[in-house]
Amino acid sequence: MSTFVELLLNGVSMGSVYALIALGFVVIFKATEVVNFAHASLLLAGGYVTAVLHDDIGFWPALLVGIAGAALVGAAIEFLVMRRYRGHDHSVLAIATIGVDILLVTDLTRRIGTDVLAVGDPWGDAVLEIGPLTIAHTRIAAFLAAGLLITAFLLAFRYTSWGVAMRAAAENAETAALMGIRLGRVSLGAWAVAGGLAAVAALFLTVFPTPGLERATSLAALKAFPAAILGGLDSTTGALVGGLVVGITESLATGYQSDLTFLGRGLGELAPYLVMVAILLVRPAGLFGTKELARV
Amino acid sequence: MSDVLTKPAPEAATPRTRKLPGPRVYVWLAGFVLLLVLPFYLERFWLQAGLFAMAAAIGAIGLNLLTGATGQLSMGHAFFLAVGAYGYCAFAGDGADGLTGLGLPTWLAAVLAVGLAGVAGGVFSPIAGRLRGAYLGIATLALIFIGQHVLFNAHDLTGGFNGRDVPPFSIFGLTFDDSELLVAAVPFGTAEKLWYLGLVLLLAGGLFARGVLRGRPGRAMNAIRDHQIAAGVMGVPVARYRAAVFVLSSMYAGLAGVLLALVFQRTVPEYFGMVLSLEYLAMIVIGGLGSVSGAVVGAVFVSLLPQILTRYSDSLPLVSEAGTGGVSPGEAAKYLYGAALVAVVLFLPGGLVRLAARRPKASSAQPSGTEGNDR
Repeated sequence: MSTFVELLLNGVSMGSVYALIALGFVVIFKATEVVNFAHASLLLAGGYVTAVLHDDIGFWPALLVGIAGAALVGAAIEFLVMRRYRGHDHSVLAIATIGVDILLVTDLTRRIGTDVLAVGDPWGDAVLEIGPLTIAHTRIAAFLAAGLLITAFLLAFRYTSWGVAMRAAAENAETAALMGIRLGRVSLGAWAVAGGLAAVAALFLTVFPTPGLERATSLAALKAFPAAILGGLDSTTGALVGGLVVGITESLATGYQSDLTFLGRGLGELAPYLVMVAILLVRPAGLFGTKELARV
Repeated sequence: MSDVLTKPAPEAATPRTRKLPGPRVYVWLAGFVLLLVLPFYLERFWLQAGLFAMAAAIGAIGLNLLTGATGQLSMGHAFFLAVGAYGYCAFAGDGADGLTGLGLPTWLAAVLAVGLAGVAGGVFSPIAGRLRGAYLGIATLALIFIGQHVLFNAHDLTGGFNGRDVPPFSIFGLTFDDSELLVAAVPFGTAEKLWYLGLVLLLAGGLFARGVLRGRPGRAMNAIRDHQIAAGVMGVPVARYRAAVFVLSSMYAGLAGVLLALVFQRTVPEYFGMVLSLEYLAMIVIGGLGSVSGAVVGAVFVSLLPQILTRYSDSLPLVSEAGTGGVSPGEAAKYLYGAALVAVVLFLPGGLVRLAARRPKASSAQPSGTEGNDR
């Protein structure tokens, strides 16, 4: 039983990190209707900057620079690529983000090489013991940080003028533009926010119990895809729920792997995708996504 | 499609059915003859590179039918390639290496493997039929993970991490292995023999896809891409077409997988990962969405680029051999085709084939004013 609770708690913690990534993904989709396949590279960029700088300027400043760096990369992608596209087909633009991703990930993995970079976080491998339960400090920090950021984001989304502008642009871009909302700025902001969130997620993906930042870290962003999709691509609530579902599924599948050996090794990688396919079969637009209505 | 109609009708009122072969036909013929004689002159390295390009071209044609012509984003193409490659091994293997093998004649195994890939596509099409756009793209991404999981774990069937050997192909008593065969004083090994097999398959696949695209199905597919509801209103059976294209595209992928397996002579699961799927997407976008020639051009570009860079790495600036700290040829190739992908989307909608065409054709691939299929 205590194993189950432990796995569940770890799953919730990881899930909140995935929710951070998925949230950025959803924000970009809402603001620009583009599926951002370059999210993995944003994540890797943020993590890399933090990992490289923490020795010289300390962990917290390095984290801030990492967040700012990833936000800058996101904004640069929007400014240099997304904005230059003249066509109307958003799926072609999505393929362009694949090109961006190939470029950035190739460059970053070349820099990282075969090294495993420590991010120099203050939590180390300390654990908290409550009765029979053992939880790593990093997991608690991840949960709290993700919760805080998500709350702050949702409040900003709801109450600040930036959030109102973004929601208006998502609702109807043309009308929003006529009302004086600068769409370019909205999508620039969305990309920057997504980059920042991805950088924070990168931090918690590379701390204990994972060894550190390595080239495979970008693969974690791939788990945010099912999270965003199964929640519904255009729903922030969906991103949160999706993140938690993916985190818990993965944690349980990995934890009970030894009981499920007939399904093969490495089930934790696969399980989120199976859950996603199952959910999409029942609800093609995800759990909270708006059903696509067509007016003829 | 309607390039015949939009051409400036050179000899006044030539009836479109009885036109004399234009210069393009001769260019094509010359190119084909050149491809036929290449094995007599090229060394093995280039033949292998060419074979990879041919296999990639077949797979890319399939993906272009699905993604380019019908607008269904698929990131799971590598899965179907794997089904083809491993299906061939399983059908043709004789079980001597302890892995499951039915020991069928290899030509039958190849046909069955292609069929198996089609069946795999058909099994997935109920899911694919319900989803659109990005949802479909990411759902097909699940195929990659499922595929990798099976390839690494179904040890009896796939050989697990180490992969399994590919039985050499043979048909009409001719075996495509390294047994020496002298043709015009040139020793014919695997690569030389497979070259012709690859050419035949590519030609057949290309012509078939061209027929599909130019005929009634192609129009229906383009209509579905441009506006699914309008297509349905006009009487296109949308669901059936989408499922059929998915199956057809998977069969192309399966064929490409069989050819790749024959060239590699060993299949390993690592190869059939997400990177491969992304490469195929890059191919069709770089070459040109929605046309056979686009798929072929893109496939040649993306698959020959790393080979050329590897070959000439010592004479190229900025590129150094792998492991020396500089930019390795593989990485340089990735930079280049990543950049090419972005540049083509931004500045050359329609892909490289559009460069070759003197004046932009009004029809075919790119949405020059077509509404995306998402509203």
